[in-house]
Amino acid sequence: MSVLRRFLRTPEAIAGAIILAALFAMALSASLLFPGDPQAIAGPALLPPFQDWSLPLGTDRLGRDVLAELFHGSRTSLAVGLAAATAALVIGAIVGTLAGFAGGLVDEVLMRITDAFQTVPGFLLALAFVSVVGPSLGVVVMAIALGAWTGPARVARAEVLSIRERDYVAGARVIGMHPLEIAFREVLPNALPPVLALSSVIVAAAILTEAALSFLGLGDPNRVTWGGMIAEGRTVLRTAPFLSIIPGVALVLTVLGVYLAGEGVVETTAVRRSLS
Amino acid sequence: MSSPLLTVSCLAKRYHRGGKTIAAVEDVSFVIEPGETLALAGPSGSGKSTIARLVLRLIEPDAGRIQFEGDDFFALSGSALRARRARLQMVFQDPLAAFNPRATVARVLDDALRIHGIASRTERPRRIAALLERVGLNADLAPRAIHEISGGQRQRVAIGRAIATNPSLIVLDEAVSALDVSVRGDILNLLLDLQAKERIAYLFISHDLGVVRAIAHRVVILDAGRIAESGDARAVIGAPQSAIGKALVTATPKLHRTTAS
Ligand SMILES: Nc1ncnc2c1ncn2[C@@H]1O[C@H](COP(=O)(O)OP(=O)(O)OP(=O)(O)O)[C@@H](O)[C@H]1O
Ligand SMILES: [Mg+2]
Repeated sequence: MSVLRRFLRTPEAIAGAIILAALFAMALSASLLFPGDPQAIAGPALLPPFQDWSLPLGTDRLGRDVLAELFHGSRTSLAVGLAAATAALVIGAIVGTLAGFAGGLVDEVLMRITDAFQTVPGFLLALAFVSVVGPSLGVVVMAIALGAWTGPARVARAEVLSIRERDYVAGARVIGMHPLEIAFREVLPNALPPVLALSSVIVAAAILTEAALSFLGLGDPNRVTWGGMIAEGRTVLRTAPFLSIIPGVALVLTVLGVYLAGEGVVETTAVRRSLS
Repeated sequence: MSSPLLTVSCLAKRYHRGGKTIAAVEDVSFVIEPGETLALAGPSGSGKSTIARLVLRLIEPDAGRIQFEGDDFFALSGSALRARRARLQMVFQDPLAAFNPRATVARVLDDALRIHGIASRTERPRRIAALLERVGLNADLAPRAIHEISGGQRQRVAIGRAIATNPSLIVLDEAVSALDVSVRGDILNLLLDLQAKERIAYLFISHDLGVVRAIAHRVVILDAGRIAESGDARAVIGAPQSAIGKALVTATPKLHRTTAS
């Protein structure tokens, strides 16, 4: 409880928490408030916002309800962002732990692979992967994770390198524990805090990458996405700029909220660690 | 039957640092008999911990042989080595650093029993309680986190983990140095008690000759990685021959008191 209070002490963390709470509320209530297909036609085309209170944010080029699309789009952004970041953190933590703990040739090979992935811009990697495999939610998640796991891998490896010299790792060897058990049960959990500190940045980047892929038409075609909405609005940018502006603002707010809340968490845990 | 428990022959370990070679351990040989305590004494940096780590196969030597329970210990590897580790245990100096910061007392002991298949899952809680009692702790301590118990209790848990696998030799690297004096006496008594009951041999590392005198049968005094002298603990400490031995004796004020009593 006191952790939560400490977390909510900085205004940035509060702002981040509020934005994230709103986002989760949107995502969770989307199918309650807007049952049915958000991509179905709901009214006249290109209705501006705040004209008709049954369609508060107006309609798009095909007469689809923008607010409904926005709510359903938040689901895609959150789901892809969280899933891709989780995948990136898991892959990174495993690769980093193996490299740092095994050392020698294994370390060498794994870190060269990490280098190779890191030299290719993450977005290009995602673009190439989705173009080859084809757009679907799972592929988009994997594609984004593919460009995001190298950071966590490096941080995990550095942490593992220092932890593996500790007495308790020697102690685990002395009692005859298998090296893999030592790596993943004794070392990895203690190497996680600095790796998890990267998660907010990774989630934010993943949400942006997903939006960029959707904007280029490489998102899952069966789902509403904010990136897709922006792309859609671009064709009528002059006459109906709100169609691009609304999802754009939602995207910026989301990324900001994730980042601020993440900073708050890092701050809180840093305070707690320096206290203990 | 008369063969020693541990035979260390011509052991050497060198470290290379910035183009220079440091001989941390050079040409060290000694034996430990079953149920015996051999102390390694020497000033800081004389190679005591390096010998401990070599004997435990935590680091690899540059030269030398170690025979443990009749087998070439350096020839073992993989699962054979892990299995043999049950017989050769260790207690560290800092009992807090020696355990995973997330561990509980029960988990520490449970790991040892599980890894060596000493007790089934259902049987283990009872074995853990029995182990805690053997090292003079209350079985209620089992669910506690390692950082929630006192330093002395922690060192008892460390000894409990070491004896859990029924070892014939325990390496204790400065195992009582970090404890305050009253607790130190209790732990030394516990070690003597366990040795009397179960004939466990100790390789006891300490720079405190008072403690060495109290617990060891024989002592090896090291200086800069080499053996300066060795022999019966009381004889060596009573009348050291080497310069480093004399220096260590004069540097231990408490020794005169224990000698007098
Ligand atoms: N990993 C290492 N790399 C380089 N040199 C090392 C390493 N470990 C030990 N040494 C060196 O080897 C020598 C012996 O060190 P060791 O730790 O065995 O001494 P010690 O007798 O245990 O000392 P202390 O009483 O301070 O614990 C020292 O000169 C030390 O600096
Ligand atoms: Mg030492």
